Amino acid sequence: MKPTIKKPKRRPWRPIAPKLVVGIPYAWLIAFFLVPFLIVLKISLSQSAIAQPPYTPVLTLAAGLHGIRDFFAGLSIDNYLLLASDPLYLLSYVKSVEIAAFSTIILLAIGYPIAYGMARTPRRIQAVLVLLVVLPFWTSFLIRIYAWMNILQHDGPLNQLLMALHIVREPPVWLATDTAIYIGIVYSYLPFMVLPLYATLEKLDPSLLEAAADLGCPQWKTFWLVTLPLSAPGVLAGVLLCFIPIIGEFVIPDLLGGSQNPMIGQTIWTEFFGNKDWPTASAVAVVLVCLLVAPIVIFQHQALRTAGEN
Amino acid sequence: MRKVSTFNLAAIGAGMAFLYLPIVILVIYSFNASRLVAVWGGWTTHWYAELVNDAPLLESAFISVRVALVSASAATILGTLAALALVRFGRFRFRLGFAAMIYAPLVMPEVITGLSMLLLFVAIAIDRGFWTIAIAHTTLGMCFVTVIVQARLVDFDSSLEEAAMDLGASPLRTFFLITLPLVLPAVAAAWMLAFALSLDDLVIASFTTGPGATTLPIRIYSEVRLGVKPEMNAVCSLMVAVVGLAVITASLFAKLTGARGEPR
Repeated sequence: MKPTIKKPKRRPWRPIAPKLVVGIPYAWLIAFFLVPFLIVLKISLSQSAIAQPPYTPVLTLAAGLHGIRDFFAGLSIDNYLLLASDPLYLLSYVKSVEIAAFSTIILLAIGYPIAYGMARTPRRIQAVLVLLVVLPFWTSFLIRIYAWMNILQHDGPLNQLLMALHIVREPPVWLATDTAIYIGIVYSYLPFMVLPLYATLEKLDPSLLEAAADLGCPQWKTFWLVTLPLSAPGVLAGVLLCFIPIIGEFVIPDLLGGSQNPMIGQTIWTEFFGNKDWPTASAVAVVLVCLLVAPIVIFQHQALRTAGEN
Repeated sequence: MRKVSTFNLAAIGAGMAFLYLPIVILVIYSFNASRLVAVWGGWTTHWYAELVNDAPLLESAFISVRVALVSASAATILGTLAALALVRFGRFRFRLGFAAMIYAPLVMPEVITGLSMLLLFVAIAIDRGFWTIAIAHTTLGMCFVTVIVQARLVDFDSSLEEAAMDLGASPLRTFFLITLPLVLPAVAAAWMLAFALSLDDLVIASFTTGPGATTLPIRIYSEVRLGVKPEMNAVCSLMVAVVGLAVITASLFAKLTGARGEPR
């Protein structure tokens, strides 16, 4: 390294480099996240057609201003009227919200004691436990659901165990029931609930708990008055991280649930792949996004805050 | 001194059993010589041997790995840039919109992401296949990468960068000599996560795929839809083993390098 003092070289970089650093990922997200949404919105206002692509009108810029006017004249809200008139869709939304809400409550009830226990173990063991909770997150969703297909089969290990212990006389049916969906969801999303809870509980200052104990507060009351309120950000993060994706879940209800009364993710899938009705599938998706806007905004607000901003 | 109560121990024990028993059962069944789940036919590696002859399966595994390599690398570059933009460039125009687009895909149901991607590819009329899956996975992956790298960037002391620039290093040089080495563990972890996400994904890949680009999850899904098969037990066990080994190795590696570099 030459110790000579160079002229400050950063001047010529200033104008271009930051623009590229911001601009490249920004442009990518606009092209592949924002624009696709606008296209979904547009197609949800189109009509299904037996053509390639299977919807009409198609915007042809070649036709000039005339083409654009025709295009807007061709848009309609028929698909949304269909969604409102056919109870199948409404039932599907209701079922998704119901399953997401109940399974999030179950996840919180199961996840909280685990996260609490983890935060109370010695430091070195904590690192191992975190790894153990994260590990299933890395293994495929599909594989973990498939593992449950094995277990929940009619003559699978769960029924064999129940029969051997004489808990049941007849092997109960698990697959193709809502119970199986709940099992699959709770199993798959448990790491998403435990990790944010653990992250806040681990930062909790133990001297606060000691202070409460010194002042004669019984343990359950300390938990209720100190631990639980202080872990609220973790609870919120965990709840949102589970609730939002569960509503649109496809793989779990498809492999473990029954065929009637599908969740909304399955409805989109069938409209799209089964019925090849792209405009209706898009309309179902747009309504789902509208349902999710509020939770997603809260989630983003929370995420930005924990990222050390605002 | 912390005392671990019986209740805490029981909660952890039950939680871990719940997380791991299904996978253990899956692996045990993959060695079952009998085709029927109810019958234990003794130990065998027959189903694993069978896999070597399953050409379509091997081909889709190969496609999956290629998609994952391409998309994880692209996602890591884009995501690291995005993290730098969020942490180092303070307030730029439309910053909130940028942050919103980073966080939304993290929780957006995959069915919607997949559907919207596909409709984009149809609208701009490009042939669907390897590259469209890679682009879709890159977009999802970069958001996860951004979050991980961002957390690391917020943590570290920006005076190191300022010192380098004061001594005359250009911003580009500073990035490669100071910033990148310091955030490298996070970048590596982020790359692995993006790789794993891509390798796992069924829903987005199903929407964005085209003829000749059947990824491993799509293949597995079409096989297991109709029920449990011993060959699939073997494939899934193998994938669990590969991913498990990779994650454990990576975390040990991070621990070893971290112990040296981080006086915490």
